[in-house]
Amino acid sequence: MPSYLFWLFSTIMLIGGTAVIAFRNPVSSALSVVTCFVGLSGLFIGLSAFFVGVIQILVYTGAVMVLFLFIIMLLDLKDEQKRAKGLAPALAGFTLFIAFMVQLIGVLSRTPDKTAPPLDAATLTAAATAFPSGGKIAANLAEGRLPDVHLIGHTLFTQYNLPFQILGVLLLVATIGVVALSKRHAE
Amino acid sequence: MASLNDYLLVSGLLFAIGLAGVVLRRNIIVVFMCLELMLSAANLSLVAFSRFNTVNGLPDYNGQMLVFFVITVAAAEVAVGLAIIVALYRARQTIHTDELTSLKG
Amino acid sequence: MNLAWILLFLPLAVAAVCQLVLRKSAIVPLVSTASAVATLVISFLLLGKTGIHSFNWATIGDFNLQIGIQLDRLSTGMMIVVTGVGTLVHIFSLAYMKDDEGKARYFTGLSLFMFSMTGIVLANNFIMTFIFWELVGLSSYLLIGHWYQKDSAADAAKKAFLCNRVGDFGFMIGILMLWGITGTLAFSDMEVPAAVSTATLSAAVLCIFCGAIGKSAQLPLHVWLPDAMEGPTPVSALIHAATMVAAGVYMLFRVQLSLGTEVFEGLQASAIIAWTGGITALVAALMAIQQDDIKRVLAYSTLSQLGYMVMAVGLVAGEAGMFHLFTHAWFKALLFLGSGAVIHACHHEQDIWKMGGLLKKMPITGITFFLGFAALIAVPFTSGFFSKELILEAAHEKQPILFWIAAFVAVLTPFYMTRLFVVAFLGKAKSANADHAHEVSPLMFVPLVILAVLAVVGGYGFVNSFAPAAPGHAGEFHLNFLFWVSAIALVVGAGAGFILYAGKDKDPLSIPLLKNRFYIDGFYDNYIVRYFQDAFAAIVHFFDEFLINGLLVGGLSRGAASTGNLFRKLQSGQLQGYAFSFGLGVILVIYFTVFL
Repeated sequence: MPSYLFWLFSTIMLIGGTAVIAFRNPVSSALSVVTCFVGLSGLFIGLSAFFVGVIQILVYTGAVMVLFLFIIMLLDLKDEQKRAKGLAPALAGFTLFIAFMVQLIGVLSRTPDKTAPPLDAATLTAAATAFPSGGKIAANLAEGRLPDVHLIGHTLFTQYNLPFQILGVLLLVATIGVVALSKRHAE
Repeated sequence: MASLNDYLLVSGLLFAIGLAGVVLRRNIIVVFMCLELMLSAANLSLVAFSRFNTVNGLPDYNGQMLVFFVITVAAAEVAVGLAIIVALYRARQTIHTDELTSLKG
Repeated sequence: MNLAWILLFLPLAVAAVCQLVLRKSAIVPLVSTASAVATLVISFLLLGKTGIHSFNWATIGDFNLQIGIQLDRLSTGMMIVVTGVGTLVHIFSLAYMKDDEGKARYFTGLSLFMFSMTGIVLANNFIMTFIFWELVGLSSYLLIGHWYQKDSAADAAKKAFLCNRVGDFGFMIGILMLWGITGTLAFSDMEVPAAVSTATLSAAVLCIFCGAIGKSAQLPLHVWLPDAMEGPTPVSALIHAATMVAAGVYMLFRVQLSLGTEVFEGLQASAIIAWTGGITALVAALMAIQQDDIKRVLAYSTLSQLGYMVMAVGLVAGEAGMFHLFTHAWFKALLFLGSGAVIHACHHEQDIWKMGGLLKKMPITGITFFLGFAALIAVPFTSGFFSKELILEAAHEKQPILFWIAAFVAVLTPFYMTRLFVVAFLGKAKSANADHAHEVSPLMFVPLVILAVLAVVGGYGFVNSFAPAAPGHAGEFHLNFLFWVSAIALVVGAGAGFILYAGKDKDPLSIPLLKNRFYIDGFYDNYIVRYFQDAFAAIVHFFDEFLINGLLVGGLSRGAASTGNLFRKLQSGQLQGYAFSFGLGVILVIYFTVFL
């Protein structure tokens, strides 16, 4: 990904993130989150993680944030009228932010930097030999394309099959839990 | 070309923004959104690691698997969390953390 | 041996039955008296028996607590005194307490006392002695306070109890010290290791002597005994003249025998004991001179005689002391019961200056009282004469100064007793109550007669074989220096008393110092009780309220509570507060893992 695109999407994402905590209206915050996630998925796609980028848009922006908006509307929340008492919370948040960033920069300055390994047609063709020939993955790789969805599916259903099933159970439990929680109890 | 540290820095910034938001904001739904930001920041660094560490010339898909799981769990968490917030609002008529201090010792 | 156990527990069983089953039934006095007679019979059957019978009561590690009975001449002889006087007092009480509302309670108390006293006498170890020692204190308390509706009686009971407690505290320490020194509590096994210094042993003996000071009312804890006269007169005769107050002497003599007389003689403690006894005898006799209450005169004379006995034990002439205890028990019980008869006849008048002429009105009581009086002032050939001679002899041999003190007491005794007898029994009736007095019923005078006989003949060989102990030459008569000293003392004392008081209506002598009992009671009340009690109460209060309650108990709880309060502040209930702490924690963890 060209550098200017990286900085573009990064800026969109960070501005969106900052806007989340800057806006006082929750609806504005939610829309800022959407903005932030759009920038984020741009970064994902720039990292050749096409499937994750699409999922980020579909699940987060499409489903989760809509759910948020839905709840905000449902509760009919007004603006956060009361300013937080004094400077203490702002100071606390800022302190954490600064401390965290100082540490992050400290860590990053110690670790050797890395540039992205090439993902051109030659490496992909070379990688095709690790997969059964005749399969879609091998065919795509041989043609110099990255079959991202296929590779994820392959890993998910072979290496991560059990966790995947358990995740399904988790979602079921969450569904039941939500139903139980939102049911009005008889007085 | 952006290097790994650039991605990690951006990811860390987003995480820190989320953390500051959690501490700063009083609306519990916004706090919840900030949590999502923090999770996404973690996702970004996972994807970056996946791309910058290749296996057989391909990105390391183990990292993306984790992202996949995180997104799923986050979705479940959001569903349950929002249900709790709704129940809370029904019981207390507020979702401002200033007014939810019954755990005060 | 079984007889001995019956002897011990019969009175307890009777007391329990009376208290729990019969309650206020009219047969309680009869049951109690019957048990007293039975114990007297058993005591006679046990005469001459020896042996120790004991069983373990509690075992703690290698420490055994025993309940046991020791039969020897000392204990069986003492049992004769206890049950003999006890029986006569029971019989006397039948008449004396006939109209009392609480007579069931009274007789139950008497039975309880008989049990406790028997326990002290028969005990074979110190712990058992101590238990029964406290029990006699309790029964004495109950009986002194029999007429608890009267404030003076309730106060006297309390005073007796407290004085005894003071002494018993020392007694307990002494028992523990002796246990530490000899390693045993049984009288028969007691052996003093050679390594023990006489000072240590002396301290132990002195602590034990504290118990005797309390129970036998020696200086400075004598104050309870005169006040104890608030109790019914038969109780005074039984407990506060003949038996319980003698328990201190008995126990001292036991200790002396257990440790061995040679060991005992070598102790500094023995001299202190002897001097305490001698001074008590003197001071009490002086106080008796100016008392107007017939029972109080007798009480002080009891103190004085107990002083003699303690002095004898201190001079390592315990046999003489025990012999005096034996004779004294009879004639003092007689005097007390006689005074009871007088008080009964005079409608509870106790002031001797309101009596007079009683010898004519109640001849049997008067004559028996005279015989007891004669024995007390040691008229030759009465029992008191023989026993007092032996004590004087011991003093003469060992401690000349004490001998002259004792001789002076022998002048004082006839003086105040003559005063009592002349004022109360001779001359004219000085009040209407005395004028209307008449002879008491046979139930009352029969015990008097029996006691009068014993008071006279108690010193002779055939009777003193029953005595707990007696020197070999007891009951023998010699015309020696000692005889002349006591004869002159008797004549001087009695003569002076007769001349001074015959035909008088008022006390010609007035010595405030003696009348007020050397101000000792006042001193106790005004200084010890007021200041020490308050100061002590303040100290105890300080300990209890401040140290224990405030610091230990309260301090712990307050410490926990304030720590909790401190940490409670952290629990603000503010979600963001927790999140902030959490964030800080994460940052710290990163710092420690990455940068350190």
